[in-house]
Amino acid sequence: MTAYNFAYLDEQTKRMIRRAILKGLAIPGYQVPFASREMPMPYGWGTGGVQVSAATLTPDDTFKVIDQGADDTTNAVSIRKFFEKTAQVATTEKTAEATVIQTRHRIPEEPLTEDQILVYQVPIPEPLRFLEPSEVETRKMHALEEYGLMHVKLYEDISRHGHIATAYAYPVKVEGRYVMDPSPIPKFDNPKMEMAGIQLFGAGREQRIYALPPYTRVVSLDFEDHPFDPSKADHPCDMCGAGDSYLDEVIVDDAGGRMFVCSDTDYCATRQAAGHRGRLTTEDAA
Amino acid sequence: MSDQQGPLLSVRDVAKFYGPRIGCTDVSFDLWPGEVMGIVGESGSGKTTLLNCLAGQLAPDRGAVRFDTRADGMVDTVTMSEPARRMLRRTDWAFVHQHAHDGLRMNVSAGGNVGERLMAVGARNYAEIRETALDWLGRVEISGERIDDRPSAFSGGMRQRLQIARNLVTGPRLVFMDEPTGGLDVSVQARLLDLLRGLVREMGLSAIIVTHDLAVVRLLADRLMVMKDGRVVEAGLTDQVLDDPQHGYTQLLVSSVLQV
Repeated sequence: MTAYNFAYLDEQTKRMIRRAILKGLAIPGYQVPFASREMPMPYGWGTGGVQVSAATLTPDDTFKVIDQGADDTTNAVSIRKFFEKTAQVATTEKTAEATVIQTRHRIPEEPLTEDQILVYQVPIPEPLRFLEPSEVETRKMHALEEYGLMHVKLYEDISRHGHIATAYAYPVKVEGRYVMDPSPIPKFDNPKMEMAGIQLFGAGREQRIYALPPYTRVVSLDFEDHPFDPSKADHPCDMCGAGDSYLDEVIVDDAGGRMFVCSDTDYCATRQAAGHRGRLTTEDAA
Repeated sequence: MSDQQGPLLSVRDVAKFYGPRIGCTDVSFDLWPGEVMGIVGESGSGKTTLLNCLAGQLAPDRGAVRFDTRADGMVDTVTMSEPARRMLRRTDWAFVHQHAHDGLRMNVSAGGNVGERLMAVGARNYAEIRETALDWLGRVEISGERIDDRPSAFSGGMRQRLQIARNLVTGPRLVFMDEPTGGLDVSVQARLLDLLRGLVREMGLSAIIVTHDLAVVRLLADRLMVMKDGRVVEAGLTDQVLDDPQHGYTQLLVSSVLQV
């Protein structure tokens, strides 16, 4: 594959994206505009994340892609193959072995280290968008720190459902300054955003990059009398027995049968290999 | 009211031009605490332009609009920083639009609409916000059980009353109203005017009301300015101007009102 530059994008484009990433890291939570390129995949399939990954990867990196926590779904497989082909980097499914992890909608269960970078795919970077359609106005609101509107959304949740029903893309305030959309990760993952690794967010269609440096303070918004609750399904994993991981609910028959299983496939497989067993584990499967 | 001496709002020589055409020009007046000022005139006379200049929605080309802020005394709102002006707009000022849907968030419940200003100034307790919203819905005669309904399910009169509640909830000192009764039928108008008069007196509000409806100013305003072609042609106490108009245009305006 010598027809392509390393990691598909040309060096000038990567330089431009790196500048946006550095600016994003310097102003945590601030949405930096960048000249998003046409990528060989449709918008909504992670064009922002792919561009950030392309600008971040070096030939020595080990790359991992997850989609809803899983390594083996279409989006994850095709993006992993894309970089295997265009960058010839090593790829892995093991969270601990990866140096760059591109993710859609999850943060790995295993805590990241200072040597790791987490790249998020972001569909809509503007947390205020659904209440304030004007981009001019939302930029002004960010600039002047006018975030009352964000609480109006949470108020509406409580008045309609009795509790804050927002379960994913739960708005956070970064270092006491910018309100940020954490991309559609479950709110269960919000507390994990205060981590040792670098977090980069790329929105291709919306042409925005933002970032969280390591150990940045990330606070989920709430009301005094309705505090933030990082909830998950109240079950252990049926495959590995983990009680602390985020679970997918899987319908297994047409008689109402269901099972709960870790959405992080690597976490679940690692635990099963270590001998942990859940309700539905069959011995030959392990 | 308090023992403050000076006017709440002091307007000097305000002018706004749209290219070669005059929006409004040579407007000067003082508004005192607790006073309600009416601005009347025909369509195109510049009264809405003037109101927008006073309320910081439009930058005048000339002149000064000085407001008596709680913290720093008289400050020119034309030259003050935008964050400070926007802060005024959600604390000490209120703006009631002619069309309620310009002043409301139509996809947010009535309670959320009333609570927005509270949350914008830092309220973070759901129960307290909700209680205040319920109290204000009651004060503008909207049943408490409608608190979770969206304004799109409200009638025109209810929307207008909701807009008023949403604006007054933070206890502003100066209210700008642009044709608050426009587009409402007469019985709903009467009820709204009654409500407004009550609230203005009870809260000691100062207000500037722009309207072409002389009955509205007769009922609400202490003082009146008559505008024509962007200029103030006559000003004085409401009853004096309406009962003994001096300027030819004011005489025309007063005599144009249909008698039933």
